[in-house]
Amino acid sequence: MVKYSAGSLFANALHGHKKWPKQWPDAAPKTSYDVIIVGAGGHGLGAAYYLAKKYGITNVAVIEKGWLGGGNTGRNTTIIRSNYLYDESARIYDHAVDLWDGLSQELNYNVMFSKRGVLMLAHSVHDVQSFQRHIHANRLNGVDNQWLSPEEAKAFCPPLDISPGARYPVMGAALQRRAGTARHDTVAWGYARAAAALGVDIIQNCAVTGIKRGTDGAVRGVETERGFIGANKIGVSAAGNSSVLMQMAGLRFPLESYPLQALVSEPVKPVMPCVVMSNSVHAYISQSDKGELVIGAGTDQYISYSQRGALHILEHTLASICEIFPIFKRMRMLRSWGGVVDVTPDRSPILGKTPVPGLYVNCGWGTGGFKATPGAGNLLAYTIARDEPHPINAPYTLERFKGGRLIDEAAAAAVAH
Amino acid sequence: MLLIKCPYCEEERPEIEFSYAGEAHIVRPTDPSKMDDTAWAEYLFIRDNTRGVHYERWYHIHGCARFFNAVRDTISDKFIMTYKMGLPRPADVEIAKVKE
Amino acid sequence: MKNFRKTGRGRIRRARLISFTFDDRQYQGFVGDTLASALLANGVHLIGRSFKYHRPRGFLGAGSEEANALVTFDRGPGRVTSNVRATTLELFDGLVAYSQNNYPNLKFDLGAINDIFSMMFPAGFYNKTFMWPKSFWDKVYEPVIRKLAGLGPAPTEADADHYASLYGHCEVLVVGAGPAGIAAALAASEKGDRVILADEQNELGGSLLSNPEARIDGQLAWQWLDKSLETLWLRKNVTLLSRTTVIGYYHDNFLGLVERLTDHQGDINPASPRECLHRIRAGKVILAAGAIERPLVFAGNDRPGVMLASAAQTYLNRYGVAVGDNVAVFTSHDSAYETAFDLSDAGVKISSIIDLRADVSEILLQQAHERGIAVLTGTVVCGTKGRLRITGVRVAKFQNQKVSNGTEHIACDCLLMTGGWTPSVHLFSHSKGSLKWQDDIGAAVPDMANENTLSVGACNGTFGLSAGLEEGSIAGGGGNPFRTEETEFGTGQTWQTLPTNRDPSRIKAFVDFQNDVTEKDINLAVLEGFKSIEHVKRYTTTGMATDQGKTSNLNAVQIASKAIQIPVQKIGLTTFRPPFTPTSFGALVGHRADDLFDVTRKTSIDGWADDNGAVFEPVSLWRRARYFPQGNEDMHAAVARECKATRNELGIFDASTLGKIEVVGPDAAKFMNLMYTNPWTMLAIGRCRYGLMLHEDGYIMDDGVIGRLADDRFHVTTTTGGAPRVLRMMEDYLQTEWPDLNVWLTSTTEQWAVIALNGPHARKLLEPFIDGIDLGPEAFPHMAVREGTIFGVETRLFRVSFSGELGFEINVPAHYGRALWEKLFNAGKAYGITPYGTETMHVLRAEKGYIIVGQDTDGTITPDDAGMSWAIGKKKPDFVGKRSLARADIQAPGRKQLVGLLTTDPNIVLEEGAQIVATPGQSVPMTMIGHVTSSYWSTTLNRSIALAVVKSGRAQTGSNIYVPMPEKTHEAKICATVFYDPKGERLNVV
Repeated sequence: MVKYSAGSLFANALHGHKKWPKQWPDAAPKTSYDVIIVGAGGHGLGAAYYLAKKYGITNVAVIEKGWLGGGNTGRNTTIIRSNYLYDESARIYDHAVDLWDGLSQELNYNVMFSKRGVLMLAHSVHDVQSFQRHIHANRLNGVDNQWLSPEEAKAFCPPLDISPGARYPVMGAALQRRAGTARHDTVAWGYARAAAALGVDIIQNCAVTGIKRGTDGAVRGVETERGFIGANKIGVSAAGNSSVLMQMAGLRFPLESYPLQALVSEPVKPVMPCVVMSNSVHAYISQSDKGELVIGAGTDQYISYSQRGALHILEHTLASICEIFPIFKRMRMLRSWGGVVDVTPDRSPILGKTPVPGLYVNCGWGTGGFKATPGAGNLLAYTIARDEPHPINAPYTLERFKGGRLIDEAAAAAVAH
Repeated sequence: MLLIKCPYCEEERPEIEFSYAGEAHIVRPTDPSKMDDTAWAEYLFIRDNTRGVHYERWYHIHGCARFFNAVRDTISDKFIMTYKMGLPRPADVEIAKVKE
Repeated sequence: MKNFRKTGRGRIRRARLISFTFDDRQYQGFVGDTLASALLANGVHLIGRSFKYHRPRGFLGAGSEEANALVTFDRGPGRVTSNVRATTLELFDGLVAYSQNNYPNLKFDLGAINDIFSMMFPAGFYNKTFMWPKSFWDKVYEPVIRKLAGLGPAPTEADADHYASLYGHCEVLVVGAGPAGIAAALAASEKGDRVILADEQNELGGSLLSNPEARIDGQLAWQWLDKSLETLWLRKNVTLLSRTTVIGYYHDNFLGLVERLTDHQGDINPASPRECLHRIRAGKVILAAGAIERPLVFAGNDRPGVMLASAAQTYLNRYGVAVGDNVAVFTSHDSAYETAFDLSDAGVKISSIIDLRADVSEILLQQAHERGIAVLTGTVVCGTKGRLRITGVRVAKFQNQKVSNGTEHIACDCLLMTGGWTPSVHLFSHSKGSLKWQDDIGAAVPDMANENTLSVGACNGTFGLSAGLEEGSIAGGGGNPFRTEETEFGTGQTWQTLPTNRDPSRIKAFVDFQNDVTEKDINLAVLEGFKSIEHVKRYTTTGMATDQGKTSNLNAVQIASKAIQIPVQKIGLTTFRPPFTPTSFGALVGHRADDLFDVTRKTSIDGWADDNGAVFEPVSLWRRARYFPQGNEDMHAAVARECKATRNELGIFDASTLGKIEVVGPDAAKFMNLMYTNPWTMLAIGRCRYGLMLHEDGYIMDDGVIGRLADDRFHVTTTTGGAPRVLRMMEDYLQTEWPDLNVWLTSTTEQWAVIALNGPHARKLLEPFIDGIDLGPEAFPHMAVREGTIFGVETRLFRVSFSGELGFEINVPAHYGRALWEKLFNAGKAYGITPYGTETMHVLRAEKGYIIVGQDTDGTITPDDAGMSWAIGKKKPDFVGKRSLARADIQAPGRKQLVGLLTTDPNIVLEEGAQIVATPGQSVPMTMIGHVTSSYWSTTLNRSIALAVVKSGRAQTGSNIYVPMPEKTHEAKICATVFYDPKGERLNVV
């Protein structure tokens, strides 16, 4: 792998940039691998990378029905944070943030992880109580998260409207300073390049059409558009299409897939220094390094795989944004798009073994999967390599839905009285 | 915004009059106490989440306030049919006929 | 200053000169001009700087596809809009605009140093750099990158304008009012169908506006246009919308249209909305969106003065402006000849037509010859000269796929280019229709539709006036009644990067002008292994600028196709995404701003609270009085006073926000048994019971006091925020699981105003005003409900208490709420009546250990966790949530349970949300065993109290737990949840 640096950039500039090697070769499938990862998003490519890098398994293929990073990895609003309430959540997301920090150097690919801070706004007494609970829990868990008064929030994010007469007045905010954003595509590309350099095959435009199981019930490989590919270990990391793949192995999952939209404005000079989230008003916003306001919208109400959302969702989203940031009302929407998010009943992921021997799953991240990318990749790799979950992802079983030990962050935060 | 035909109102109305109500034809067991945890969890949480022809329920919340069933293609988001609550799940052939 | 206006041409109104300012310099133009046409009339081509290299740029086009000419449109405070296309900005007297992305000024921009070092900034350079040393990313690199970002300035103040929206319905929506669209609208409206014809431009007419010489039915184009528009205008079933962009094509023929109402007006009427969003549901959609001319990709194709040929034709014929004195034309398509001839006929010197093709139609050559225009066939432009304006081109012979070495210099002050035409399939793609590649035009055209839509004219790949008119008319349901006389539209070739005799690595041939993407960037992406067109787009950012690649996408696809060596048909297009052109947030926000953003629900008594100085808090969609400060009281003092008064005398509280549902029918009790954990069959008429409702997963969802008014009638109350979801869940089970139960449900939240009277004097105050109800303690015990009248108004009177004091909740029809409140308040003065708000209500209930669902429970708490197993009907075979309570993890020991906490130091009020540990002095991460759910200063008890959930809490009653705070760890003892009057004696004071 050619090392990327200002020096190599300069050297290549002298050659008219004609000597750069491929970032990853386009592999043709071999007849079999030790491990197959289905889904070349950030999570799946990350799993392949860590399998090769940390767990010494390099005979790995990542199989992707479209182009790598073309699903939710390349369609999200890139928010990274870990100030979650429950121990289980704080651990899994903080593990990811630990890996984000230093990922550019580890991959030798600038993923532009920007620790600009994530500000979560409280708009009611109930929000204040809920956020204080998060902050105290985070403090005792060693996760940074601090309370800001409305004036402190305004100082941290000047465009914010904190007038007390607002429909949803800002009564304070929780700030996680080491949270922020990253450049979504480069995460997939960086993992792909680093994994390929370690011998991982990345096979694009190769939809999996079936999962083959032996007489003992264990997996034997996958049927694809390009023929059968054998493997005794298969990790599925397919976001919105997880239900479809699990059904190929005869499993039904507690998942529903919803359209989620996002949008960007035209680029303007820097105005938003941080990420702002308002769960009560449903507004999620940051400004990209290019100058575009990046805004997360809500999900449509129905199940869909169409990657197509409705106009009224955008209307509500922008009304919320302009309620909190009245100065943005003259900004202009440049582009909107949709992704498919897979949601579990408790809105926490399922990451671990499945009832089918040799089949591992990483799904159910809902609207929050991007922030978990390196963590989910590493934990899926660990689980596959050791055939047992890492302590961090051990609670994220499928079985929790049977016993009732749910990890319900939303329930803990959202119920109004 | 989808256009949805309420089988009770017998009219096509815009989606904002309706509220999605999850997968259809999941019948609440008559005697839940006789079920084991696995079967109960299946009832509570396991969903087909079909990519393609999906059976689902809608609630005409800002209209007649009736729940009804629908068959919709989740790839195109197009409704194939809607029908009243309590009617049996339409057979595949019936759906194929309408799709024609 | 030289004037480039041509007499006798254009549609501008020359009656009055108007003034405008660009970059602080004053110019003059006419009504009917755009900023672009007016600047060109003044000889100004330099309009902006590019995003990355800060290269000087001029006007590329004349419409919404414009990539270069972005300006800041300044109408004063609260009315500054960035990134507005000068080509669509209509001129008015006094218009002010500024150029963007340059420092210190447009002509001398320091950022242009990037252009010199451009070799260091190829596509994706930032992925490869800025990584060392690590700490520099946060502190140096990223801050600098962010500072350089953006085009126009960010807004600094709230928008001074407002916006409107409406819904519309029609049988036929026609998008685009060019000839094909007008023909479609004429045919479709003839039979009486409701037709909406929308066009983004200020005038309807599309390509006809730039083509006055064409003849339809024997009339000149503009005559035919006037007559046709008049016909449409007079038809009542037709709505004509100019300045209206169809921004997106959504499910089931639902489209969003944004109409611009005031941006073109010199004087703003403040009553007028700036823009209006039309949400249209159409039976059929006819897309007549036209086509966009494609640039040619060659070295120096971005120099100011290099322009699309069709744009020059528009500037001449529509605005009467010549784009130069000495114009060269570079083309691979016949259509550019028409522009050259028009310019020539208007007296502009055409220095030459440079045609890539060796074979050009004899007719065109003849027509050029007649005008004395030299045509260089089989010739390619290898470079351009000039810095802030093109001064000439270098051309070379291109024969047998080879470019000769010799070059010839041709002087010009403007270079027009045509690289073919790209049908505007954006909206068709939004609708999820599929596209097919059409080789003869080198572009994708609509294939299979996913909605009821037809594409007609140029957006369907059907070029030429007569063909477009015919296709439009037929799509509208008519025949083809039109006879046309026009110049043949002709044919042409599309290209990737043009061949050159120079070192390709040393030239810049732009594909995406605004984002500064060159063909080298695309080739680099392919070299580095990016094979999907989506990857190429994202790696190079081609097509991701504010024009969304309208002029660049097809060139990028063809260049990538050649580099990857995959046929362009197979490589596909990047996905078109709404909106078609950038759309104001305000247009989508519409009326949902200020007071109309999530309209606040207010009770009928809210006005009294407002008049009497209440401080409010938002609670779900409601606002509620939180406390009633007197004098300089803070919340603490006010709440202490309100609590004391209620406990000792009398408090009055507006409880109207409580959700209320009437459950009626022969099977009402049976239904209630299934919905709530409690048993209802035996509840006597006129008695109340606390009801607990679970989700099917066993966790507490809602609670409330429920009264039985008759055998078949229950008055259900819910939490303030919970009413809609409780009703919905009830309806769901009733309609889908137990449809055989004969029960009706009605939301009555808004029907009743509810006034709670609490305190020892409550009965005394009430008694004189009540008719038909014996308020005596035996006749009307605690947890009873009666119907009667108060002040002659019908009431449902509950004897219930959320404070632990003698309490009544008086329900009266909502519009009597304030009158009753005032009467009670005035009469209550004799008893020291004190209004209190939600904060006091919280303290009083916490002193009694009454939970608030959503505060003391959080969606993960079961009845047993909350210490409310008593509320479960043990003999009931089933109720919603019952089975889930039997699950293994719900039955397992160690669950968090609701307990009371008393701090060792009675003056410490714990923070709500504070976490609890079993032993002090732990290091991080600590083992948390619970958290404080409610915590208050209790004036009654003269100490702090708290409720908390703690793992196995009830068994630890009497033990100490610890609450580690940043400054200090507090100690507290676990106790029962009832802090005050545990025997409930105060409920029964006489």
